[in-house]
Amino acid sequence: MADPMKIRATLAGDTADIKCLMNHAMETGQRKDAKTGQLIPAHFINRVTATVGGKTVLEAQWSVAIAKNPFLGFKVKGAKAGDKVVISWEDNKGDKNTAEAAIS
Amino acid sequence: MNPLRRNLLKSTGAATSVAVAVAAGLLKPSQVLAAEWNKSAFESKNVADALKGMGASAPADSKDIMIKAPDIAENGAVVPVEVTSKIPGTESIMILVEKNNTPMTADFTLSNGAESYVSTRIKMAGTSGVRVVVKAGGKSYSAVKEVKVTIGGCGG
Repeated sequence: MADPMKIRATLAGDTADIKCLMNHAMETGQRKDAKTGQLIPAHFINRVTATVGGKTVLEAQWSVAIAKNPFLGFKVKGAKAGDKVVISWEDNKGDKNTAEAAIS
Repeated sequence: MNPLRRNLLKSTGAATSVAVAVAAGLLKPSQVLAAEWNKSAFESKNVADALKGMGASAPADSKDIMIKAPDIAENGAVVPVEVTSKIPGTESIMILVEKNNTPMTADFTLSNGAESYVSTRIKMAGTSGVRVVVKAGGKSYSAVKEVKVTIGGCGG
């Protein structure tokens, strides 16, 4: 149901630079539907987890104030080429998505 | 029913069903243990309450937190923010938008070699300070960067 995430993970020395673009409306719950005039309910990614080589490196909690189609960038020291990066998110409605990429 | 008894029964029931689900392989432990979303911090209407909810009250001002964000953001719906913390032992980085309805925007907990750096894009309702609070070694530290937001109009 959710669109695929894009992950780019490159190595500079022994530090992996990881960038991820997620697809999500990140509705704040404050926007009105143009046709019905009703408030569109909040629908947003509220938790994100990233692992590298099987170890959790980042856990995030987000609010509605993260921009639509969230971008996330982070860096991990001690990573190696070929290590698997797995990024997962869950939203306030229980919808989930996961993607993975190898560090190149 | 006695509310205490009801709560106890409710939570026990939930825990039991989770345990059964894990045993049945329906729920992987990693999913079960995912961080709880800090509702009270995220629903706080001011920075002080949000920080209290995150266990980071009264942070000390720090010059070792770098906030890279535009001085003027054309579009308040997408404001890029990059944070670097030079504070040793940084455990987590929080981003708050002081003048948003609910300032608490993000909390990043770092581990296993993650550098004290995060980059993302936030929504700002208007011109506001973007406040970053870092937790390190049981203490909290803070820095702020003012970002002007130009809303609406065709470049007016």
